[in-house]
Amino acid sequence: MATVTFIEGNGTEHTVTVDNGLSLMEAAVNNMVPGIDADCGGACACATCHVYVEPAWETKAGDKSDMEETMLDFAEGTQGNSRLACQIKISDELDGLVVRLPEAQF
Amino acid sequence: MSFAEDHRETTKFPDPYSLPLEKLDVSDSGLFSAQEHWRYFERLRKEDPVHYCPDSEFGPYWSITKFKDIVAVDSNFKVFSSDKTIVIADPREGEDEFDTPMFIAMDPPRHDVQRKAVTPAVAPANLAKLEGLIRERVCKILDDLPVGEAFDWVDRVSIELTTQMLATLFDFPWEDRRKLTRWSDISTAGPDLVGTEYATMTEEDRRAELEECLAYFLMLWEERRGNGDGTDFISLLATNPDTKEMITNPYEILGNLILLIVGGNDTTRNSISGGLLALNQNPKEFEKLKANPALVPSMVSEIIRWVTPLAHMRRTALEDYEIGGKTIKKGDKVVMWYISGNRDDEEIDRPNEFIIDRDKARHHLSFGFGIHRCMGNRVGEMQLRILWEEILNRFDHVEVVGDAKRLDSNFVMGITEMPVVLHPKKA
Ligand code: HEM
Repeated sequence: MATVTFIEGNGTEHTVTVDNGLSLMEAAVNNMVPGIDADCGGACACATCHVYVEPAWETKAGDKSDMEETMLDFAEGTQGNSRLACQIKISDELDGLVVRLPEAQF
Repeated sequence: MSFAEDHRETTKFPDPYSLPLEKLDVSDSGLFSAQEHWRYFERLRKEDPVHYCPDSEFGPYWSITKFKDIVAVDSNFKVFSSDKTIVIADPREGEDEFDTPMFIAMDPPRHDVQRKAVTPAVAPANLAKLEGLIRERVCKILDDLPVGEAFDWVDRVSIELTTQMLATLFDFPWEDRRKLTRWSDISTAGPDLVGTEYATMTEEDRRAELEECLAYFLMLWEERRGNGDGTDFISLLATNPDTKEMITNPYEILGNLILLIVGGNDTTRNSISGGLLALNQNPKEFEKLKANPALVPSMVSEIIRWVTPLAHMRRTALEDYEIGGKTIKKGDKVVMWYISGNRDDEEIDRPNEFIIDRDKARHHLSFGFGIHRCMGNRVGEMQLRILWEEILNRFDHVEVVGDAKRLDSNFVMGITEMPVVLHPKKA
């Protein structure tokens, strides 16, 4: 179980608790956090669950696969700390995680 | 009496369940205009989801018909190549000398640099800037329509709005904007477009018009080469360090600009027409919408799923690949049928119903997935959203009063004509 916080582009914060093993994308979608579209449903095949991981959490959030890098490469406004939320698996380690959402998904 | 039924020719297609599986060929364009394709795909999804058809008008090909398999193929660009063509038909004889490369039909790394060069025109930040302008134009189109008499929705609204949007994205001379529609139609012309002038057009005539298109664009390119701040497609290509050398191969400019015209044209046009038809066929959903206009965004996604404006995309296998218990061989032609995956009940609840407030409405295949995923998806959605917001402001009903004529095509799910009558809101 972990508590994670999503901060929307306009500053609105959403803090939710999530079971281990779910993805960060599911954490958002299951709790109606706006701003995560997740069009492909978690297959790493679009880039509509783009988030910016707060620097303190980047290492714990794990490595990006080649496919995730590729999909992010076509998203807009990506930065070094950009991730696809569907590729981050929730664990105790991530309790307290904070991510920011882009202005819009693309 | 309601005319909002689909136009059906007397059935000339056999019951798909009466055929031996290996004879099941879903590539016949007539299946789609007759709306007979649904049960063919239903059988394939159930009995042979990864299906090999050894013999068809387009040669042997594989059909991928389930949602999840389509996502797997679409996102595996290393095995499934887009190089040369992304439709079931191979390039026509003689098309080789008139090669117009475009990034939808390229693999990395060429695809990547070209796509990235033009993306800013259709990214959310630029669209937010254009929204006000597009809304003004939508209002004008709607306010100029005749009230109380039948007119063709396709021409007056669907084509007009998508053409205006394209002209905006190209910063195209306004009075000439229907040239864009013409060039789009010309470049997709082919014998399969039965009943249109494009079916019988000679290859020479077609080329001559495309040369004219190229000359026009080269003139704009020349004008905008120094326009580093421009956010229109032409300025973006002409000034990006990765693409400005394209001028040395003008046909590549032509190919890419045609891609941008065609990509944004038929697809959105047919979503506008097909969505209106769906609402007429599902009056309860129309009532739901009027009672709650906040449903427009989810309805837009549902319309795009429902219509599936492009029925398929094609790939060519670069190596052997196992899927669904079958082995696709290197060199084989692989067709991902989005139109089938969008009706897959293992992925979409009650897929054969048009439901404007569905859960996870965005979870559909109509834009594809992976690195070629539709670049203009937000543009298409924005046009439909604004159009429906403004329709609801003005009209109580937009009534379809005659047959919707469908295009004979296994690729573009097109409606070519659809008469409607407007019923304004009572003051
Ligand atoms: C409802 C409207 C639309 C639909 C259903 C649609 C559908 C598609 C599909 C299925 C693909 C291929 C995806 C794949 O291979 O995985 C695609 C690619 C593309 N679309 Fe769209 N499209 C729409 C609107 C637009 C608009 C408005 C534009 C441009 C203004 C556009 C431009 C493109 C481009 C440039 C590509 C090629 C992307 C690439 O190869 O990287 N589309 N579209």
